[in-house]
Amino acid sequence: MVRSFFFHLGRYVLFLRQMFRRPEKWSIFGRRIVVEIEKLGVDSLGIVVVISLFVGAVITIQTATNLENPFIPRYSVGTASRESILLEFSSTIVCLILAGKIGSNISSEIGTMRITEQIDALEIMGVNSVGYLVSPKVIAMIVSVPILVIFSMFIGIVGGWMSGGYTGLVPSDDYIHGIQVAFRPYYVTYSLVKSTLFAFVISTVASYWGFYVKGGALEVGRASTKTVVTSSIVILIINLLITQIWLN
Amino acid sequence: MIEAIEVRKQFSGREIIHGVSALFESGKTNLIIGKSGSGKTVLLKTLVGLYGADSGDILYHGRSLKSLSQQQRHSLRQEIGMLFQGSALIDSLTVEENVMFPLDMFTDMSHDERRRRARACLDRVNIQSEAYKLFSSEISGGMQKRVAIARAIALKPRYLFCDEPNSGLDPLTASVIDRLIFDITKEFNITTIINTHDMNSVMSIGEHIIYIDSGNKEWEGSRETILEADVATLKEFLSPLSNALSHKA
Repeated sequence: MVRSFFFHLGRYVLFLRQMFRRPEKWSIFGRRIVVEIEKLGVDSLGIVVVISLFVGAVITIQTATNLENPFIPRYSVGTASRESILLEFSSTIVCLILAGKIGSNISSEIGTMRITEQIDALEIMGVNSVGYLVSPKVIAMIVSVPILVIFSMFIGIVGGWMSGGYTGLVPSDDYIHGIQVAFRPYYVTYSLVKSTLFAFVISTVASYWGFYVKGGALEVGRASTKTVVTSSIVILIINLLITQIWLN
Repeated sequence: MIEAIEVRKQFSGREIIHGVSALFESGKTNLIIGKSGSGKTVLLKTLVGLYGADSGDILYHGRSLKSLSQQQRHSLRQEIGMLFQGSALIDSLTVEENVMFPLDMFTDMSHDERRRRARACLDRVNIQSEAYKLFSSEISGGMQKRVAIARAIALKPRYLFCDEPNSGLDPLTASVIDRLIFDITKEFNITTIINTHDMNSVMSIGEHIIYIDSGNKEWEGSRETILEADVATLKEFLSPLSNALSHKA
């Protein structure tokens, strides 16, 4: 297992090195980035909005029911919900969800190209297949994911405001006051930096597993599973390290 | 002209190709034949450079594949066209875009020039204009093969490799593909190497044939001499054809 870990780590590093080679044509590279932003970023907006809205609502209800104390002001529900959403939910949890949605998509797309010899065809033509297929996806993810995270923060907080008002647990004025109290823009920066790193992890890990698929459709499915498992674990480890280093 | 000199290839310690040497001349259809699992595809992919040979050398008009720099290898790749068993068309691109793809990547031609060249190649392989905007999943297997040939010749290659060009095709379509490859080889004086186990291909376009068995070159000759070959495994391999011919006689 240790040997396998170092084998994959070494091969992953070599894989990344190919990714940073100069593209054959910058115009085609640029077009590919735009296509990938649409496919990986814009197409994920729907699920991010839905999940953020509901999770934001649930966080607010749970926080409100746990802070039912006359000595704790009601607006603190808004403050606590904001912190949960900004610090953890919108960056880490949304990225874990994206690791499932986008990661498996990238892995199966590249894996299918591998088993149908499309990658071999690119190599034969003299195209740097990693540069052509993977680099635009990585750049698209690094651009899109922080934007999705900003959307998630906003929608999550709106979800909390809606649920607080609808259930009567947190009056609207208190909630809006709460989300402004002791606001530290630094937390947003922390979240965005985290999500950028996660975007890199999701796209490169998924591409790696897809790129080295051998066999048939069954292996493509296995590569998708490995993608979700590996990138989720790496995200959680990076999350712990960054939080420890940055916030402690 | 491509020359293989004592080429060996192994996977996980198991040698698949055992020192194969052969000369593949320009303007000829060179066939590598053999049973399934005999090492044909590994040999072809080693010749084309997709697999690195463990020992031996491969010369492309005297240029040794193993001594080429990254840049030289990159340039050489642009002289190579390859037709894969499953066509390997890029499925996110249309028929026309697939053929334009190598031109987009490696030429400074204007968009109109690239499109004209792609359409000329598609026309050469008898693909009608109605199919230009279709994706590879929307066309038949035979058409996919023809589009893949059009893509392979788009950059006017000096070398053409075909891995089982007839697999999965009906005999009529298979013979159309064979004829197309043969004609293109003559027309552009290409060094063409075809991997096949299709007897019709052997007899119709096999100008130069090498027979591979268990990773060894067992016989070399042409379609005119193959039926007289004195190799037991080759005789067995050819037996359906010999039987059919004797039955006809």
